[in-house]
Amino acid sequence: MKKLALYLVVAALAAACASKEARQEPPVADRSTAVPPTTPGNTGSTTRQTPTGQGIVRNELTDPNSPLSKRSVFFDYDSNAVKDEYRSLVTTHSRYMADKRDSRIRIEGNCDERGSREYNLALGQRRAEAVKKVMTVLGVSDGRIETTSYGEEKPVALGHDEASWAQNRRADIKYAGE
Amino acid sequence: MTRFLLLLGMLALSLGPRAQLTIDITTSGGRQVPIAITPMAGEASQPQSVSEVVGADLARTGLFRLVNTSGVSPLPTEPSEVNFGDWGARNAEALVIGKIEPVSEGRVEVRFRLFDVQKAAQLASYSYVVAPAQLRATAHRIADVIYERLTGDKGVFSTKITYVVKRGRRYELQVADADGFNAQSVLASQEPIMSPAWSPDGSRLAYVSFDQKKPVVVVQNLAQGTTRVVANFRGNNSAPAWSPDARHLAVALTKDGLTQIYRIPSGGGDAERLTESSGIDTQPAFSPDGQTIMFTSDRGGSPQIYRMPASGGPAQRVTFEGTYNVGPRFSPDGKSVAFVQRDAGRYRIASLELATGQVQVLTDGTLDDSPSFAPNGKMVLYEAQVAGRGQLAAVSGDGRVRQRLTSAAGDVQDPAWGPMPTN
Repeated sequence: MKKLALYLVVAALAAACASKEARQEPPVADRSTAVPPTTPGNTGSTTRQTPTGQGIVRNELTDPNSPLSKRSVFFDYDSNAVKDEYRSLVTTHSRYMADKRDSRIRIEGNCDERGSREYNLALGQRRAEAVKKVMTVLGVSDGRIETTSYGEEKPVALGHDEASWAQNRRADIKYAGE
Repeated sequence: MTRFLLLLGMLALSLGPRAQLTIDITTSGGRQVPIAITPMAGEASQPQSVSEVVGADLARTGLFRLVNTSGVSPLPTEPSEVNFGDWGARNAEALVIGKIEPVSEGRVEVRFRLFDVQKAAQLASYSYVVAPAQLRATAHRIADVIYERLTGDKGVFSTKITYVVKRGRRYELQVADADGFNAQSVLASQEPIMSPAWSPDGSRLAYVSFDQKKPVVVVQNLAQGTTRVVANFRGNNSAPAWSPDARHLAVALTKDGLTQIYRIPSGGGDAERLTESSGIDTQPAFSPDGQTIMFTSDRGGSPQIYRMPASGGPAQRVTFEGTYNVGPRFSPDGKSVAFVQRDAGRYRIASLELATGQVQVLTDGTLDDSPSFAPNGKMVLYEAQVAGRGQLAAVSGDGRVRQRLTSAAGDVQDPAWGPMPTN
């Protein structure tokens, strides 16, 4: 069942691309290149790759094989409850932040397109706050987490069906400097 | 039920030379006044046909039916030339005649007269001396006079609207005439723009900008093009609403945690908290007398509309039907509010009569949003999603007349109808 849902999502994304409405944000995990976590003020520039003898250093935050590359918590319709299946993702990031004491994150809440824009902006904020709350309970200090919301303004999937909407009801974790 | 289409060449160069604005009008029930609007003498040599714009304005309201004027020869341009019997035979109840003549310094004089055909009586006569470039605006003023004389309500043909156009990743805040013409971009960004709100005198727009990678509230002076960030507190800053005296903005901020409503000076400054709830409080709207703020809150479990004193204080719930009633906007007379209501998964514009508590659903879309009243209270402008794209639409306060303004380019979002012109 889950596989089928995933397939539908992929198909919807492909359809969205094929229709030339290439408006979508790249998925969060793909956006940044090998940028080490940095202090606030550094913008995530693609020129900040660190060359080594072999080429580019693998970054645990963005390496697709690293659990830290998973950045999105997805929500049910009209809900800001962090579902059990995302507990390990949130825990992984909380542990990383416990290790890297200078790391800071920004959690961006998002909604699907249904409903009123301004109310969705507030709902997105509540989703971001819900993820933040889990992380503070796990020991990350309040001041290292900034929350914001894009409401329904930055969908990653552009369809007008549940497969797309499910992709857009999410909170994204972004590290300072990305 | 009558239905017709006006295909108009879009003048806005920003939308490209082939872009068109299609206005689709649907009316059901209700009487339409048959009105004959004759071509004006001398208008063929002008850059703009005045009579066509007047006719399109009146037809768009759904309250008038244009009577065919072809075959009338010669067309009357003076009262003495009007044969009321002929116009009565064409079932016209009202008649408009006029002429355009050059005067000094390249300017022209536009004179029009409005008649009651049955009584063979003149109802109005005005003349305007303008530059030819002003002919379209002059036509809107003429339509305003005719509309007011025949319906008793102020016309809104000389007003402006604003809305956000999204094309790819580019967002533009545009201001256009109420009929969608003369669209001008007042702001462009690669980040979202939301919730434009007109200052009471129409000189400024407050809106939400994401240029700083988070929502902040900006006020832009339209004539000067200057902008000022007026709310950039920790977290989100959004949902600006002007107080009627323009001194304050009510805004939604998250600086103290969840989204709550605050009041700030319209030039920026300290935020004074107006709501104290454990839920989301957002989308404030001042009543026209400035005494009350309506807003959306989910403090009771589902998002509903509440009202409170404009200085804050205890709030009363005002919507009770359904589980999603959000985004209130007052009518200009303060007697009703338009809002977004969800019913069986569809989001539609509804109106609530405050005295009786009666709710009427005005639209039949699936994802309607962002209602705002015309300054005469007769129409509600809103965003409708059609074939997956945002489009402008308007509906009469009784739901009988519906207009859809379809632009060929982009998603059109978050419209707001401006105030009456001040001159």
